[in-house]
Amino acid sequence: MRDASHHPSPSHPPPAHGVGRRTLFTAALTTAAVTAAGCGAYDPLAGERTRLRQWNLFGGGDGLRMLQMHEEYQAEHPDIDFRATTFEWGAPFYTKVAMGAAGGRGADIATVHVSRLESLAPGRLLDPIDPAALAEAGIDETMFLPNIWEECFFEGQLYAIPLDTHLLVQFYNLDVCREVGLLDSNDRLVPLDGRETYVDALREIKAATGGFGLSLDTWGPWSNFWALYRQQDGELVFGEDDFELDEDKALAAMDFLYRLSEEGLSPRVSQGADTSANLANGQSGLMIHGNWEMTTLDATDVSFSVTQFPNIFGNHRTRGDSHCYVFPHQRDRDPERTRAALDYAAWMLRHSLSWSEGAGHIPAYLPVAESEEYDRLHPQSEYREAAENVQFEPDAWFSGSAGRLQDDATGPITALHQGTQTPEEALEQLKRTFRTMINAPAPV
Amino acid sequence: MSERTHTPRAKGAGAAGSGLVDVRRKPATWTGLWYVLPFLAFYLLFLVWPSIVGLGYTFTDRSLAGGDVSFIGFDNWNETLTDPGLYESLWNTLVFTVLSVPVMVLLALGLALLTDHARRLGWFLRLSFFAPFVLPVAVMALMWEWMYNPSLGLFNGILGQLGFEGSEWLFSENTAMVSVVIATAWWQVGFNYLLYLAAMQSIPKDVYEAAAIDGAGVWQRIGRITLPLLARTTVLITVLQLIGSLRVFEQIYLMTGGGPNFATRTVIQYIYDSGFVGLRIGFASSMAYVFMVLIIIASVAQFRLFSRKEA
Repeated sequence: MRDASHHPSPSHPPPAHGVGRRTLFTAALTTAAVTAAGCGAYDPLAGERTRLRQWNLFGGGDGLRMLQMHEEYQAEHPDIDFRATTFEWGAPFYTKVAMGAAGGRGADIATVHVSRLESLAPGRLLDPIDPAALAEAGIDETMFLPNIWEECFFEGQLYAIPLDTHLLVQFYNLDVCREVGLLDSNDRLVPLDGRETYVDALREIKAATGGFGLSLDTWGPWSNFWALYRQQDGELVFGEDDFELDEDKALAAMDFLYRLSEEGLSPRVSQGADTSANLANGQSGLMIHGNWEMTTLDATDVSFSVTQFPNIFGNHRTRGDSHCYVFPHQRDRDPERTRAALDYAAWMLRHSLSWSEGAGHIPAYLPVAESEEYDRLHPQSEYREAAENVQFEPDAWFSGSAGRLQDDATGPITALHQGTQTPEEALEQLKRTFRTMINAPAPV
Repeated sequence: MSERTHTPRAKGAGAAGSGLVDVRRKPATWTGLWYVLPFLAFYLLFLVWPSIVGLGYTFTDRSLAGGDVSFIGFDNWNETLTDPGLYESLWNTLVFTVLSVPVMVLLALGLALLTDHARRLGWFLRLSFFAPFVLPVAVMALMWEWMYNPSLGLFNGILGQLGFEGSEWLFSENTAMVSVVIATAWWQVGFNYLLYLAAMQSIPKDVYEAAAIDGAGVWQRIGRITLPLLARTTVLITVLQLIGSLRVFEQIYLMTGGGPNFATRTVIQYIYDSGFVGLRIGFASSMAYVFMVLIIIASVAQFRLFSRKEA
């Protein structure tokens, strides 16, 4: 990127800007500078900067952190005209990425969930990433966990550069858990492995708090289900006109969630924000939620720590995803800007300690994740090994974060918590949902 | 045509001789065209043309994410007409409409009567009843979400202090739709109220005076004079409200997202989900057309019904 800006290629005209006062001012300066110098010598102010447009969906605590990182990046790279745009999380963001890329005018680089790769039609809506060019920017596959790196490929081509792993973890309220005797001498949660042990612990906590044992999001519960299903090695495969689902395992996972609310160990209704409030208020002792809720809890005065997703069915597998960088399709992809985009992604990876500190995400970039600095981050480093337990969603155009599958599967599982459906009924509805989705022609 | 030319004569408004009207009519039409041209251009560009294009989409597998488009005949229409999701969301829309239209019309009428009679407090009532209408939907949705919150909200707080058990409001399949209707009524009733109030205040005072002299009480005056003279306004408000209620989307999308378990997912949201989350523009367009036809049928039927009554 530095190379590129020092040797501006004459075949590329100066990038087009939106007309604003600043642009006019810059243009005037350019004219003045060119006239005075008598040649087009490089000047960072002179509109010769490499234009780089980034799109992202971080509107929460992690969004604030990304803004800070971007400011730092811009300060270190005056030769890049960097502009990042944050869109509303979820469907509104993905619609814009897809439509921009469909017209061949996508952003230079965007952050998406790796689970959404297939829904973004790699090859058509996303441009492939050249591993050699990425290596030039200092990034290669040895720097990532294999389970995450593999997710970045589609039909043998690399389409994404992972920035982090984010996942469901278990938060615990230190005061409540100490009272119940669930902490060891280092103030860490004692192992509560297996369904019976775990539920017993929840009963003790409930008796102490008078509220709940475990706080969890009943309003977006698909991820909880997915983690529990995968803990039993449950497979979900979507074929051309049928799907493969292990009904017994799905029922076991549903039954577990159903009983939690039925027995009052977990709330019947809890949205994302209420879920954290319940832990912070001492209404519950444990909480299953995304690691990003750390910023919410940090803002309260509750003393808490974090550990892996509970081991219910024999392991700590959890539902997770990865924010990654992709290249939305551009009709006339500029090599210089592509290089700048790769350098930007590499810079963000190298600085992802800050990303983890601010949002609790586990850095995908191993040199950071295995560093001493990361080790000192507390409580982030308490669940570092969870990255290996992350279970991605099945490949399908409708799966992934904020995808159709998640939206539609929410209904029956929410109904379980509310007690309006039995596990058997919820399973039937889930199967109907799957069938509708595979029957629908894929739009990508 | 003949009606139009007769009307000014019948009203006897004519300073100009009625014979002249016919002569002047033709050149005037052309001048008028220039006045409506800007509107007409936008209308054609942003309403008529997209509608035609949208109809074309219904016969293709066009995706919001681009890609090859192929003609698939009536596949989208078949899928639309056999989609249980569409019927479920149509039912939800109907429930919302049936619950909300009477409330929004009767409440508006009641509030307008109250304002019309409470002379001293008039400005205060007008402000209180109309103010919520100017709130952006996001503000209204957020406010009500907090008030409805089962554990921290205002309503359950009050109920708890009175010794009642709280409700789950937006979060239960049984109460979610009613909760949305209550919030919507608070937010949107101001518009109907304003129409009613304006109509009420344009009823000539001498009619009431005459009735008062004849010994009619307050209720008689309302029942025998105000309400009959408001009939036209009621037709207008009911039709507008019906169309408005059938098109409900944004407050539900914000407050419940269509949940719990799709109990509040309305047609527009289903179309939105199919088109923008599911990216299937062709399929979503055919659903939109089905819904448009239903709205037209409902509106026409209602007009017929009411105009017959009036006649």
